[in-house]
Amino acid sequence: MRTLEDVMAEGPVFAGLERPQLEFIAGCGRNVGFSRGDKLFREGDAADTFFLLRKGRVALTTHVPARGDLAIETIQPGDVVGWSWLFPPYEWHFDARAVDDVRAIAFDGACLRGKCDEDPALGYALLTRFAQIMIDRLQHTRTQLIDVYGDVSGS
Amino acid sequence: MSTATSPAAEATPGAMAPVPYRVLERRSETADTFTLSLEPLGPAVAPAPGQFDMLYAFGVGEVPISTSGAPTGDGSLVHTVRAVGAVTRALCGSEPGDVIGVRGPFGTTWPLAAAAGGDLVIVAGGIGLAPLRPALYHALGHRDDYTGVSLLVGARTPRDLLYGEELAAWAARRDLDFGLTVDAAPAEWLGDVGVVTRLIPTARFDPSRATAIVCGPEIMMSFSVRSLLERGVPKDRIHVSLERDMRCGLGHCGHCQLGPVLICRDGPVFRYDEIERLLEVREL
Repeated sequence: MRTLEDVMAEGPVFAGLERPQLEFIAGCGRNVGFSRGDKLFREGDAADTFFLLRKGRVALTTHVPARGDLAIETIQPGDVVGWSWLFPPYEWHFDARAVDDVRAIAFDGACLRGKCDEDPALGYALLTRFAQIMIDRLQHTRTQLIDVYGDVSGS
Repeated sequence: MSTATSPAAEATPGAMAPVPYRVLERRSETADTFTLSLEPLGPAVAPAPGQFDMLYAFGVGEVPISTSGAPTGDGSLVHTVRAVGAVTRALCGSEPGDVIGVRGPFGTTWPLAAAAGGDLVIVAGGIGLAPLRPALYHALGHRDDYTGVSLLVGARTPRDLLYGEELAAWAARRDLDFGLTVDAAPAEWLGDVGVVTRLIPTARFDPSRATAIVCGPEIMMSFSVRSLLERGVPKDRIHVSLERDMRCGLGHCGHCQLGPVLICRDGPVFRYDEIERLLEVREL
């Protein structure tokens, strides 16, 4: 039977971490499931968790008055949902909704922050990985902002 | 340029004077984009995947439009046109039975023969799917020639997606690695949201034996090429289709000049390593 550590080692977020580090982090994780359409979290709620998606996709959405709910980004299996657990005020900035039936590992943010304080080397390794995720998402968001398919002039 | 060039474009029947074509069907793709099916009323040559024709709305003007249909033996044409100006609005407003003029075909082709034996990766952005559709038809019609075929499609919103019924059919095929994403969508959209480049890292192809063909807005192609390079696809196996102010189609008038090349004659399909430096020059 595959352990949480086995699953974690396959994803890019935790790739390269030593087995003891994976075991240390796995102590804060548990398997969770969501049905299609379920909310993983809501904007403004306490961000006390992040999710490593094992199966199924999750959409980040936000509510725009007079326009309704808009999807901002779709997170794919293998990717991480949520980094608001890392920084105060530890509140979600968006809603997250299961697009498919989802299986994930949910990590307790407070637990992980405690482990990072306890083991700064692990904290550095984790922050480096989350910084890379944030940079990737920022670059993609910038590309979205360019609106590459926007209005064009022509003959 | 190593990409296949059109044989003696000036010798083709419709190179200098437009051949009349009758509009058989006008199909609405999006609010501003239409696909025209055309039958020739004179001598005609069917374009190969990647090539373009000059479509003439009589009394209004001419525009270059890539072929978007399967190659035919009878000279009939399929062109998908986005209404962005006077000529394209006139073309999009044409009704079955109307007659338009066609010159061509012109330009270079997608390297489908050279890609055989490896994976073919098709990256389409917005209306860039139209010039790539003939390449996809070819690849699916000769599926055994390729170890894998990936189609990665991006668009602004779900309402801007071309060829909706075909997209659904392509998504269902087991012999096609299919990815589709839009930049923005209402929450009820069940597809992916994000830029098309996000599909490249997880697409199912082996970069060491892949050929990528890319078409869309130039900035989208630039980002896509970067992702393909990061994935490990060699520069000389990435091909892009460029668009400039093509007018004569024959390399005579110079309107589509990009440094030392003329897009209508030397392109529109270019191998990326041969055009890379020119795309970096902002003054061109």
